[in-house]
Amino acid sequence: MDNWLDSLLSQNKIFTADTLFMYWDGFVATVQLSVISLLVGLLLAVVLAVLRSTRKPILSWPIYLFCYVFRGTPLLIQLYIIYYGITYVDGIQETFWWEWFKNPFYPALLAFTLNTCAYTTEILYGAISETDHRELEAARAYGMSWWTSMHRVVLPGAIRRSLPAYANEVVLLLQSTSIASVITIIDITGAAQNTYSRHYAPFEAFIFAACLYLVITFTILYGFRRLESRLLAYTRPRQ
Amino acid sequence: MKKVIAGLCVVFLAACSQQESEPVLKIGVDVPYEPFEFKAPDGSLTGFEIDLGNAVCAEMAIKCEWVVQGWDGIIPGLLAFKYDMIMSSMSINDERREKVLFSKAYYNTPSAWFAKAGAELDVTSPAGMAGKKVGVQRGTVQDDYATKNLPDTEILRYATADELVIDLYGGRLDAVLLDFPVGESTILNGDKGSEYGQAGAMLQIGEGVGVAVRKDDAELKAKLDAAFETVKSNGVYDQIRAKYFAYDIKV
Repeated sequence: MDNWLDSLLSQNKIFTADTLFMYWDGFVATVQLSVISLLVGLLLAVVLAVLRSTRKPILSWPIYLFCYVFRGTPLLIQLYIIYYGITYVDGIQETFWWEWFKNPFYPALLAFTLNTCAYTTEILYGAISETDHRELEAARAYGMSWWTSMHRVVLPGAIRRSLPAYANEVVLLLQSTSIASVITIIDITGAAQNTYSRHYAPFEAFIFAACLYLVITFTILYGFRRLESRLLAYTRPRQ
Repeated sequence: MKKVIAGLCVVFLAACSQQESEPVLKIGVDVPYEPFEFKAPDGSLTGFEIDLGNAVCAEMAIKCEWVVQGWDGIIPGLLAFKYDMIMSSMSINDERREKVLFSKAYYNTPSAWFAKAGAELDVTSPAGMAGKKVGVQRGTVQDDYATKNLPDTEILRYATADELVIDLYGGRLDAVLLDFPVGESTILNGDKGSEYGQAGAMLQIGEGVGVAVRKDDAELKAKLDAAFETVKSNGVYDQIRAKYFAYDIKV
């Protein structure tokens, strides 16, 4: 097995063991960035979407503004502001925040989390406000409080209905993490850029990276299809 | 009519033969790249490489003509006979060697370490740099050097020198390894020039910059190498260099 691998690797100058290790590290970084920011972003988004649907201006306006700003500006700009902009804040280097912002990983994580949180809030809020009014009336007729009807009736339905749109958001965020390489993180794209600049081989370096992204994307789409077929089973026509 | 045509032919042939008797060597150059090649206020080409190229042509006793060509098309232009050689700060490397033939290097700008003034860094030893964070521009000779020589150092690669300098000022990097002229203009002559300085001595990294000719033009390459050897040893090179640089870039 090892010999077979060695002889395959020795046939080319670019994909040596070192290069493959770098791609593997990049793969791990991409998955870490995407998974953590998606999980945290989703949890925050559920809270924000519920708060926004209360229609209390003091709650819904700041959330609307947050979504508007983060959906209305390019993620690259947000990343630049969070990573490079923060170093210009006077005295930041002396505070404990700097321990977090010194490393490129946490600023990237913050930018991606806030960005995906804004989009997911919008998706969920849309699904919540589209809830069939008869469901709400039924819940009220049973004497459910606002909170009970929210977590027993409205949210389960809204989450199911927003699954297809959310799957899209997950794939888009995964691909957006490729800009992490501009702040020196070696994710899949960073590994590809290093390989390209070392061997002047743009096709090999970037097509290999593209294949890795495809593998992750297919895994995500497959997972969501399974989830949708379970959770949205009730929407299918009867056999 | 026939006489006129015959006459024209004679003139044409004469013109052709005259061109042959006084060959013109065309040199491709990407302008501007100060101070190596740029346009003077009156529109004429000037700069270190222009002066050096003219001196070499004078040494070879050949008439030279500069052809301005954008960087992206500079090697294809050579291969398409738009000019006979490229003299445009082209670093010698294996990738380009597959397309063109290089003369011996005629200059190499030094590289240098830059760090916060007073930072005690032993940039010469891999052990001294272990655990430090070092910034380089991706794909440069400095990147290669740091990657190969500093295995225990965290090397962060940036797309532009500006971003790298922000992170040096911000405290994310302990030191940066840059082409000296770049570090000189961005760090030493920058806003925080007094707080940051050069660490250690200058280094010569990479194979330097050479003249590129077509692969089958070995004869021209030999002539160029000989002419460069002469101007380097007879003081002409140093005289031109002193006009543009305060430090030595001869190799």
